[in-house]
Amino acid sequence: MGSERTLLSGEGITEKVGELAAEIRKRCGDDRPAFVGVYTRGVTLAKRVKEALKEEWPDIPLGTLDISLYRDDLDDLQTAPKLESSDIPFALDGTRVILFDEVMYTGRTTRAALDVLMDYGRPARVELAVLVDRGNRELPLQPDYVGLKVETKVGDYVAVQFVEDDKREGVYLTD
Amino acid sequence: MAETEIKSRKDLLDIESLSIEEIEYLLKTAEPFKELFRRSVKKVPTLRGKTVLTLFYEPSTRTRTSFEVAANRLSADVTNFAVSTSAVVKGESILDTIETLQAMRTDYIVIRHGASGVPALIAKHTRASVLNAGDGFHAHPTQALLDAFTVREVYPETEQKRILIVGDILHSRVARSTSTIMRKMGMEVGVLGPGSLVPEGRPDYMKSFWNWEDALAWKPDVVYLLRVQMERQEQQFFPSLGEYHRVYGLTSERFKRVEGAGIYLMHPGPVNRGVEIVDEAMAYERCLINQQVENGIATRMAALYWLKPGEENER
Repeated sequence: MGSERTLLSGEGITEKVGELAAEIRKRCGDDRPAFVGVYTRGVTLAKRVKEALKEEWPDIPLGTLDISLYRDDLDDLQTAPKLESSDIPFALDGTRVILFDEVMYTGRTTRAALDVLMDYGRPARVELAVLVDRGNRELPLQPDYVGLKVETKVGDYVAVQFVEDDKREGVYLTD
Repeated sequence: MAETEIKSRKDLLDIESLSIEEIEYLLKTAEPFKELFRRSVKKVPTLRGKTVLTLFYEPSTRTRTSFEVAANRLSADVTNFAVSTSAVVKGESILDTIETLQAMRTDYIVIRHGASGVPALIAKHTRASVLNAGDGFHAHPTQALLDAFTVREVYPETEQKRILIVGDILHSRVARSTSTIMRKMGMEVGVLGPGSLVPEGRPDYMKSFWNWEDALAWKPDVVYLLRVQMERQEQQFFPSLGEYHRVYGLTSERFKRVEGAGIYLMHPGPVNRGVEIVDEAMAYERCLINQQVENGIATRMAALYWLKPGEENER
């Protein structure tokens, strides 16, 4: 392991979540979207943004997705990933959906998440919101809403930690 | 990142060799699979490009179909190796059959065989993951897993709960595997059956009863009726089916007591109505038999998801 650098502090995360919320509010206008978080921390991110928007939109529907069954690298793993419940508790057909993931990297998670979503129904449109875009894409996919854009090398490790899921809060880069 | 790392295994041959953590993992993993059945698209791409071969040396429509549906929903290609029409009847040995299967590059083999230990033998000689779908009187691990999953749906805390297994315990791999898993989950296991059908060397933890009166007085939470397996009894262990029903079957009178006490009913299927179980019990709201069928698909998906075949160049 190399050295660890803090990209965002806890307050930094709160600030970025506020910016994501404001941008989503501005671009969606009267078309209230539904949120879908990708396990684990994408779900937490979606909840945070929903919380930030509770004045304007008190009841944004929130769904969760586990993409494990749609991964393209299962053959390379020695351990079958633990599965979480995917749950889309609203009618997806015709709905504007914002997909949340904490970090965007190769784009493979997003590809998988889109496939899962399409197996649940036919949303009117799907957009992607991420807290951190660390570049190094392997697929032609880009996020619509980005908290922090950061240049990284392949092999660097970017960890988003939320107090709900981890012991501390912040975004860290290990090279 | 998963907190609990449960390493994949190559084969699923019995319940005895599974750790409690592995059992927990499989039961937990079956839950999201069951949720898939409520989606409009019930299929996931997890095993796309993989092949599953079902090899049944004993007839079984239910178990084979359940495995096929499970494999299909994981997007695997399923081939049924029809044993009766194959070279097996021409005297080809099991190892020759394996050689053939090996050449077909199958990734998972689901096997049922009348002789105990055949799945283990096949597992040793192939890179494919082997799932035992019942061998002799030995084991039927996926049945045990689906039974455990079903009990957990009605009793999330299984500790100290009581299950009474009724029937032909001696000839039942279901009784063996299911009692083992229930025991591992902290349940108390009682057995009731004709004296000649309760094995002498049964494990100490099993409490045996000789009549329904005593068995119901023990206050079981679940009554698990085994199927009378006419085909697996070379000698007659009880005089007639009517006699079996009268003495060990769930008769109308016994069903009323079961219903009154709110005891759950299970059966591995297919049911011999009027032998193990009286007709009206099938419509009882705490009869879990149909739930067992649905859960069978989810738990078999979990098993297929968990197992990892050996490397391509391995044997």
